[in-house]
Amino acid sequence: MLESAQNFMQFQFGSALAFVVIACLFLFVTLLLGRLLRPATQNRDKGTVYECGETPLGGGWFNFNPRFYIVALVFLIFDVEVAFTYPVATVFQRWVGRGDGALAFVEIAAFVLILALGLAYVWVKGDLEWLQPATARNAEPPADTTGAP
Amino acid sequence: MNHDPTATSQKRRVVLGVRDVGDMDAPELPSESIPLNMGPSHPAMHGTVRMVLDVEGEKISNVDIQIGYLHRCFEKEAEHATYTQIFPYTDRLNYISPMLNNVGYAMAVEKLLGIDKKIPERAQYIRVIVGEMARISDHMTCLGAGAMELGAFTAFLYMLKAREWIWELLEEVSGARLTHSYMRIGGVSADLTEGFMPRLRDILTKSRVVLADVDKLLTRNRIFRDRMDGIGIFNKEDCAAWGVTGPVGRSAGLAYDVRKDHPYLVYDRLDFDVPIGSVGDNFDRYAVRVEEMNQSMRILEQAMDQIADGPVLVNDPRIVLPAKSETYNSIEAMIAHFKIIMDGIRVPAGEVYSFTEGGNGELGFYIVADGTGRPWKCRVRPPCVPAVALLEKILPGLFIADVVPTFGMINMIGGECDR
Amino acid sequence: MHMWETIKGSFEYGHPGFTGLSALIKIVYLMLAFGPGLASILTWMERRQSSLMQDRLGPNRANIGRFKAWGITHFLADALKFMVKEDFVPVKAHKFLFALAPVLALAPALIVAAIIPFGAPLCWGHLTEIVPTGTCGQAVDLQIARLDVGILFYFAISSLSVYGATLAGWSSYNKWAMMGGLRASSQMMSYEVTMGMAVLSMFLIYGTLEPGAMVAQQGYWPWQWGIWGIPTALSFFLFLTAAIAETKRTPFDIPEGEPEIIGYFVEYSGLRFGMFFLGEFIEIVFSSALMVTIFLGGWHLPFLDGLADRVPNIAFVLITHGAWIVKVFLFTGFQLLIRWSLPRFRSDQLMQLGWQRLLPVSIANVLITAGWILYSR
Repeated sequence: MLESAQNFMQFQFGSALAFVVIACLFLFVTLLLGRLLRPATQNRDKGTVYECGETPLGGGWFNFNPRFYIVALVFLIFDVEVAFTYPVATVFQRWVGRGDGALAFVEIAAFVLILALGLAYVWVKGDLEWLQPATARNAEPPADTTGAP
Repeated sequence: MNHDPTATSQKRRVVLGVRDVGDMDAPELPSESIPLNMGPSHPAMHGTVRMVLDVEGEKISNVDIQIGYLHRCFEKEAEHATYTQIFPYTDRLNYISPMLNNVGYAMAVEKLLGIDKKIPERAQYIRVIVGEMARISDHMTCLGAGAMELGAFTAFLYMLKAREWIWELLEEVSGARLTHSYMRIGGVSADLTEGFMPRLRDILTKSRVVLADVDKLLTRNRIFRDRMDGIGIFNKEDCAAWGVTGPVGRSAGLAYDVRKDHPYLVYDRLDFDVPIGSVGDNFDRYAVRVEEMNQSMRILEQAMDQIADGPVLVNDPRIVLPAKSETYNSIEAMIAHFKIIMDGIRVPAGEVYSFTEGGNGELGFYIVADGTGRPWKCRVRPPCVPAVALLEKILPGLFIADVVPTFGMINMIGGECDR
Repeated sequence: MHMWETIKGSFEYGHPGFTGLSALIKIVYLMLAFGPGLASILTWMERRQSSLMQDRLGPNRANIGRFKAWGITHFLADALKFMVKEDFVPVKAHKFLFALAPVLALAPALIVAAIIPFGAPLCWGHLTEIVPTGTCGQAVDLQIARLDVGILFYFAISSLSVYGATLAGWSSYNKWAMMGGLRASSQMMSYEVTMGMAVLSMFLIYGTLEPGAMVAQQGYWPWQWGIWGIPTALSFFLFLTAAIAETKRTPFDIPEGEPEIIGYFVEYSGLRFGMFFLGEFIEIVFSSALMVTIFLGGWHLPFLDGLADRVPNIAFVLITHGAWIVKVFLFTGFQLLIRWSLPRFRSDQLMQLGWQRLLPVSIANVLITAGWILYSR
């Protein structure tokens, strides 16, 4: 049983976990080392925020455009859907080899088309149009290009 | 417009009215407008200008441009300096094309002295040559810096490389890389150096290669065009009304170039075109400047062909310092030198407005003389102030990101704008 | 004596001690030596390469005595400066999140390396012998974790770095930083969808999510690599574009956009800023490594074909590992090249490109790939 320890999925995940722990430890040690090495003479001026050299106007936290939430929602839906498609993708070759290729293709197509439909919906709804500046290029005909007036 | 922080925090407490469900389909929820400092210490603000933006998200709803952070009392200082001593101050006006300021100021004083028709021809050609070199370096800096602020760093450094060749040559002529002070009232301080012409021709050849490289990097670059096309449109009427001249005015279709409309020096003998834009957006300002550099190169080539030998200063001992050998060896020359240095050139009482085409447009000097060696008043009409003022009308409705190319293509120079 | 035998036994091939120790060595090597090492070299390379492109001298100041080495020592100077520079924290900042953000920006960049195979498998006990491919009984994979979910792990971890940027922006109590954080979150989320879709067509072809298996399916010659073929080349370019957007580099450096909004890390200084800085480069290294794995044949290199039958196992492994490093290095160099050639998008243009151009193309690409597989069988 021990011989196959390397092949255990638990072991592989354990390695990944060890990696995570060591990465965090590495960062922690680095930060700690920095803390010990660097000077710390905080004063009031150093504690101000940078707003281009002037006293900040108003607070630092503001209400931002709800569009960001919409993008986050759309992302969530799309990303989850993409993640759900991965298992189908991995078995696709096997199914094609087994002769069930058409079925697998239809499944993938259904998944992907739902996604495309969702994209089209969001697109038509105008949620993908980020704020457009109010400046379209004028349709004014070009004036004389050279020469003295 | 009120930028009092407390006002904002009070506004924050205002409860939004109850809205019916129909509003859910509204294209956009209103975002709160927040005041934001952009500058004076901001990477895109060319040193020192402050914009107080009211932004909704990243969209600018209102802008208040505050200039004056680089105010150096040029006009007041000029009242206490002799006419010759003002030259170094003019170098610091538009510090990316100091030669053009030199020329503009020298011509104003000469007009007041009534010697503007007597300037030796060679000196006039030299003024055209160094002035056009300065114009090329001005546009190179502007376009390069504009591109850099959009992230195209390589184009910027290519431009600066070419600009450095020009500045090296100007240094050879004047002794200083940036603060040339090369002009004198009545001509130029020294004749061109030996080998100037071949070197300039060589620089023009090399600069054309650089410009072609930059053209490849930028002009047809999709990302660059997306950032420039249709952004920050100045219209012709506004430009005329606000007094916006130079490349910015011309890009909006305002076909005004002092060199063509009121030819000075020897510009009437030189064949060149004035590029005019059709839309007035950032890309037009870019394209107009690129074409102006080509035209300046044409001017330079013609001027180099036409220039003839001769004196470079007027022959008038009241205006021009005696030669050094004279000064050291004869008492008369010594006294003349002393009088001009200490009292300055006696300019008859009167006033004058003289204008030339600077790097950014009409550069005017309005001088009031009271008969002494120092001006009673010396006022500059800086070409970039009207354009910066007009920005307050252009920027609302644009993104914060659009401020960068728009402001860059205005080519606001703090030294000139704030004086 | 008995205990010693037990301990020694547990460090033999296949036993927990051995596997644990080998995993630990691999982890330490990849995370502490390779990742930050190459990233540090990249910080130098970015300056050096750009100076070559831009006709200027480039880094030449941080010399150790007469040791100049084209300014490569600059990264040591950087590291030293980051360590001893004072760290300013805005008074009104959210202290905990402010401290957490740089860790969240750097840690995921390191952790994604866990799934990337970085060389041919070692054959334990036969290191000095010639071991033809596939005949080894005691193989040690040059890959830290052979996860079935493979690339999904990469996405799961790398998307955590969104939090780093967003929280850095939000916790600074600075409007510019917050704008940068918002831009970062919307940008990184948008391009992750494209990234996922682009790589989906590769999964269809490989039939697995596991990077080691993907590399095993690719051969030594370029036409045996994942990129060979029309749908896969397309997904390579989609993935590359999205990956550059994920690493927030020009032309996609909207969240930093120095001359515009200064960046989400504007309030950071010293070591914490250094972590953002290093994190960006480590992201480049490992996203390049992932692309090399999926599209460019992993550690395979032309002319190494059949080498396993001629040289000792350890030499073969080292050569393949070297080949992998060279590939990753060149690919990161290519990414730096892009940075110095292009201007930056505007945030709305970036979103438009992501959602309205790349995503539809990648969706179509999935269908085309699936159809192509079906047809070619």
